[in-house]
Amino acid sequence: MPEGERTVALVTGASRGIGSATCLALARTGLAVAVGYRSDPEGAEETVAKARADGGTAIAVSIDVRDEVSVDGAFGRVEAELGRVRVLVNNAGYTRDGLAVKYATEQWDATVETNLTGAFLCTRRALPGMLKARWGRIVNVASAAALRGNAGQAAYSASKAGLVGLTKSLAREVGGRGITVNAVCPGFVHTRMTEPQSEESRQRYLEMTPAGRFGTPEEVASVIAFLAGPEAGYVNGAVVSVDGGLTA
Amino acid sequence: MPELESKVCKILAENLSVPESQVTPKARFQEDLDADSLDLVEAVLALEEEFGVTIPEEEMEGVQTVGQAVQLVASKMGVGA
Repeated sequence: MPEGERTVALVTGASRGIGSATCLALARTGLAVAVGYRSDPEGAEETVAKARADGGTAIAVSIDVRDEVSVDGAFGRVEAELGRVRVLVNNAGYTRDGLAVKYATEQWDATVETNLTGAFLCTRRALPGMLKARWGRIVNVASAAALRGNAGQAAYSASKAGLVGLTKSLAREVGGRGITVNAVCPGFVHTRMTEPQSEESRQRYLEMTPAGRFGTPEEVASVIAFLAGPEAGYVNGAVVSVDGGLTA
Repeated sequence: MPELESKVCKILAENLSVPESQVTPKARFQEDLDADSLDLVEAVLALEEEFGVTIPEEEMEGVQTVGQAVQLVASKMGVGA
């Protein structure tokens, strides 16, 4: 971490779930955190309030990761208010399950744009500053679905597998500059995104998960916070499962 | 133009960590200055920041020498080279 400089983190999709928990975990380690949100400003403000109540520094920032102009504007705001982004957590995610044979092109595009293109756009905007600082941490929130297929999740798992590929190529591109790029692959975690899953599908996941329970956003956040921290400098291009053994 | 050239050379020397004396118009990035593709991109980012210009990736492709880089920056700034 650059000496004598407050480290600034941006987490996308941070108004709730894993993103929100990640903001709190990062704020607790002393980082100034930008809580990125698109559709839920109240949730983002709640995350900010919690981080501040913990003694941390946080602001809410509107960012639509699918839109270059929005991404650029959000980074500009973070730079003006907190400083240059040294830690980027690409967490914003989207899923709409459905069998491929009847899956709408628009849904496919929406999934890939948020989960994969969005991570790329944020990363591309963050890299010049990290390269200049010779320090940076990028953590991509992928999914167990990137590693093992799921019927009904062709678009989601393809986009998350793409994110793993992005992670590995980037790790090689910028690994010589003090920047690490890693991915975490959560299994079934209780969040708003997994709420629409049917009881039957939840039960199936539970049976496949050796831990015998679902994960919490905090359990994923602590792994992200480690990868974002100074002690993880030699972890690069790694794909870390946080899934209770689902993909073991 | 000579002023622009010396400014560009100074930035390139800093970014590529080579002595300014080596950064001559004829110097080739890869062969003479030991710059890899990421070094070059970083140097371009620094030039963009310094001169307030945008240099698209496809226009960087043909750039092999310091002189060509100076020309490119000059053309982006609307200065005859």
